Amino acid sequence: MNVLKGRSARAWAGFAGAAVVLFAIAPLALSDFRLGLLAKYLCTAMVAVGICLAWGRGGLLTLGQGVFFGLGGYAMAMHLKIADAGPGNLPDFMQLYGTATELPWWWKPFENPLFALAATVLLPMAVAALLGLFIFRRRVKGAYFAILSQALAAALAIWLVGQQATTGGTNGLTDIQGFFGYSLDDPVNQRLVYFVIAAALLLLMAIARQLINSRYGELLVAVRDSEERVRFLGYDPANVKLVAYVVAAGMAGLAGALFVPAVGIISPALIGIVPSIEFVIGAAVGGRASLVGAVLGAVAVAWAKTALSEEFPAAWTYFQGLLFIVALAFLPGGLASLAVLVRRRRKASPAQQTAAVPLGEAA
Amino acid sequence: MTVILGQTFTGISIGAVLLLIALGLSLTFGQMNVINMAHGEFIMAGAYTTYVLQKSISSAGISLLVALPVAFLVSGVLGALLEWLLIRRLYLRPLDTLLVTWGVSLMLQQLARDIFGAPNVQTRAPDWLTGNIEIIGGDDPLTFANSRLFILGLAVAAVVALSLTLRLTPLGRRIRAVVQNRDLAEVSGISTSTVDRTAFFLGSGLAGVAGVALTLVGPIGPTMGTNVIIDAFLVIVVGGIGQLKGTVIVAFVLGVLQSVLEYSTTVSVAKVLVLVAIVAFLQWRPQGLYTLRTRSLV
Amino acid sequence: MSSGSGSSRVPRRGFLAVGAALTAVVTLSACGAKTDAAGSSSDKAAKIDVSGDTVKVGLLNSLSGTMAISEVTVRDSLKLAIDEINASGGVLGKKIKPISEDGASDWPTFAEKAQKLIKEDGVAATFGCWTSASRKAVKPVFEKNKSLLFYPVQYEGLEQSPYIFYTGATTNQQIVPALDYLKSKGLKKLYLVGSDYVFPRTANKEIKAYAKANGMTILGEDYAPLGSTEFSTIANKVKASKADAVFNTLNGDSNVAFFKEYKSAGLTAKSMPVVSVSIAEEEVKSIGTQYLAGQLTAWNYYQTTTGAANAKFVKAYKAKYGQDKPTSDPMEAAYTSVYLWKAMVEKAKSFDPEKVKAASDGITFDAPEGTVTVDGATQHVYKTARIGEIGTDGQIKEVWNSGKPVKPDPFLKGYSWASGLS
Repeated sequence: MNVLKGRSARAWAGFAGAAVVLFAIAPLALSDFRLGLLAKYLCTAMVAVGICLAWGRGGLLTLGQGVFFGLGGYAMAMHLKIADAGPGNLPDFMQLYGTATELPWWWKPFENPLFALAATVLLPMAVAALLGLFIFRRRVKGAYFAILSQALAAALAIWLVGQQATTGGTNGLTDIQGFFGYSLDDPVNQRLVYFVIAAALLLLMAIARQLINSRYGELLVAVRDSEERVRFLGYDPANVKLVAYVVAAGMAGLAGALFVPAVGIISPALIGIVPSIEFVIGAAVGGRASLVGAVLGAVAVAWAKTALSEEFPAAWTYFQGLLFIVALAFLPGGLASLAVLVRRRRKASPAQQTAAVPLGEAA
Repeated sequence: MTVILGQTFTGISIGAVLLLIALGLSLTFGQMNVINMAHGEFIMAGAYTTYVLQKSISSAGISLLVALPVAFLVSGVLGALLEWLLIRRLYLRPLDTLLVTWGVSLMLQQLARDIFGAPNVQTRAPDWLTGNIEIIGGDDPLTFANSRLFILGLAVAAVVALSLTLRLTPLGRRIRAVVQNRDLAEVSGISTSTVDRTAFFLGSGLAGVAGVALTLVGPIGPTMGTNVIIDAFLVIVVGGIGQLKGTVIVAFVLGVLQSVLEYSTTVSVAKVLVLVAIVAFLQWRPQGLYTLRTRSLV
Repeated sequence: MSSGSGSSRVPRRGFLAVGAALTAVVTLSACGAKTDAAGSSSDKAAKIDVSGDTVKVGLLNSLSGTMAISEVTVRDSLKLAIDEINASGGVLGKKIKPISEDGASDWPTFAEKAQKLIKEDGVAATFGCWTSASRKAVKPVFEKNKSLLFYPVQYEGLEQSPYIFYTGATTNQQIVPALDYLKSKGLKKLYLVGSDYVFPRTANKEIKAYAKANGMTILGEDYAPLGSTEFSTIANKVKASKADAVFNTLNGDSNVAFFKEYKSAGLTAKSMPVVSVSIAEEEVKSIGTQYLAGQLTAWNYYQTTTGAANAKFVKAYKAKYGQDKPTSDPMEAAYTSVYLWKAMVEKAKSFDPEKVKAASDGITFDAPEGTVTVDGATQHVYKTARIGEIGTDGQIKEVWNSGKPVKPDPFLKGYSWASGLS
């Protein structure tokens, strides 16, 4: 019990510390531009929370998170574009590229802000549930699951590009002006968007932590490590995986939805295979099985991409590639395993080891 | 009628390219279960090899033929090097391999950009490969491009060579033994690490050969590998991991499917439909067309 | 999972911090402007850093990813112009300091880097972007921050941002003249092939409207995803259509595969010429003249364009980057854009974007393509349209030109057939 108490207290302290950093220190220390970038990184971190759950804990290599990120993003952007255009008008790109004189039927429900908001999370979850139901029942896993996810990401991106008149094509939905009545032009409102994103991230982390520490979380790890044994114990691993997959999809959807007001654009370039891999890499570099590791890893990788490309515009991909290789080939548990290593070395009490990232033991 | 026949031919020629690209993966991914995202960059290395050779050998035909073995060596050595440096540390973590080799692929692309320049480069095709042969003459002739015929021949030759190697040679026997039961193979005195490296050399070498062939039909540039890599993986996954015949059949089926759909709809729609069809197919046969039957539960 | 009394103090402290932060949020958000609030976006012009003896400009091009094949040459050309200007004394007595950023062929990255250049570096102007998608992504950034972008690539028209100068051709300076040329040659049955993105789709919409009004027929229209390299089916369709000519709006890599397939299908420049609007000398070099000789292109500049200004430009470019490096239309338009900005700044005697804009009308420059003049009303440039034929030596030979620079008409207002387009 002592151990549990200690963990809980540390977690609360961690949340409080994160809240202070995100809500007080970052807004004071960073310029408007850098804070905007941080908002963008936090969106990738939200996706990483879901990946930590589905991949780190559940062993599902979700290489198609771009699909759910995109669904959430487009759901939000569609509503904002309709709102920008004003009642009775078509969004600007439809007037330019389209032939239609009124909104396509599948755009219409998104005029309603409540529907759009709900759709940003529920639509990705519904799609994930439908896919997962088939995929996990048929016991598709490992490399098959990974490649299949990529195929879906590619398919959605190509489809969106092909429908220029109704989706904006390669351009995506750009030039988003307002966010539920607030002008995104205003730095104060940009700051507000940042706060919303930071709060959402903390909320998702709390949800994920609750899930991980519950009985369900134990079961999920058991499925990852030995699916057959769980089956023989009388559980259906398909359902266990499905829950993790659907929750991860919902988190990616919310991240996509909040990405839109933060960056002002959603495009197929954020959905295809490359961004989907990048989402996973952030979590992997930080430590897929550790919630904090995955989140910090996602932020760090996104930050490194900006910093390296600003410093070495012509050679930054070398450094980026090197970072992935070193972090993944030589630190299987990600950067989080470094912290565990240090902690273990400092005090090798057995109680501390239970708090360690389980992947090291599992692998 | 001509249209159907023509599109079938087109499908076969698309399939030949797919097959050649995927063949190397059938060894590294299919037999060894390594998801090597840098495979596309080995294809690129093969194409750039052709380009470099053409600078010193003026005859386009001879340089192309010389490029085939040289590119096989260049890409093969790159592959063996990658295996030795990184992949052997990751055999127990197949999905990490994907991300690590993704990093490698980013670096190789940038390297190509720095060595050969960012724009695409040009290779000349020999005259005997730029025309086409007429299968049905007349007002609406049905033709088959020589370059595609060459690629088809190359793909068939590579498939035959690979399956003979796997079936008849001691090396092939060892590779199959390691694939079927690594521990037992090791106990029997097979050096599994040497086998792994050799298999990786062969698989990557085949990517180099595919790169030479691609210079006949596509662009030669830093990102040429990324354009084809996912298609290649899909061929293997649908065909069934570890099954050469599955790879061959699926490459041609996907090729024909793509070309027929492209003709009746648009390229984008065809691409989406093919991807969706693949996902649906895997619901039906989750292990691909042909499965390696083992008694393992997983 | 309930925490004991020993640890409960920690969460309370945590809640206090979160609570305080949330209060701060609410307070802050109360000041945010509503979308309908008038004048909310005023007084936010970007600060230009003119301290010291340099002035910064941004170069925003894709140096990695699929578009790097084209955009790196534009960056090189921009640097050449900047070096030349610095060697001759700079602008308003200040040396230009270029800040290069990588758009990475990814549209949101373009937007991020544009913000960085404007807000962090305080650049006086930014040069670059290639695809329409990247331009659409950065357009709101430049408009919101009231900073200038010089866009050097031919595009689909139908746009006029107050903070963008378009130094490449709009449709009536490239596509319409190309269609006029085909019509004059009696090539009236066309097949349209393009990449699946904004420029080809919009251009083809305009081509169809033109065809309808001019007694031409469009036999087919096909799009391939960007980066697609499998063209056997499209080549078959084109061949079966028995068109007089093909109008090609493919971009980048796809052109290589398309022309290789085109030749394999037995189609030639004689039997069915292809007019391309995205193939310049650089692309000719990477595709190969064995596939391209005799085919047509539409641009405003070729390396072979006559005149002292071009001779100087070609010589300087080759001296800096290598004798085997060709010059092309987008490179020339980029090079010219830096000189046009310099002339505007000098006329305005200020780096302030508003003053530069006000000074822009009528600015001329003796460019490699011939004298160009800025049209202040549209912020486009008067350009001479040129049709060229690709020769066996890799150079493009001009076979027709419009005689004098064509007035830019991005919305095609001067063409009755285009009335229903926008």
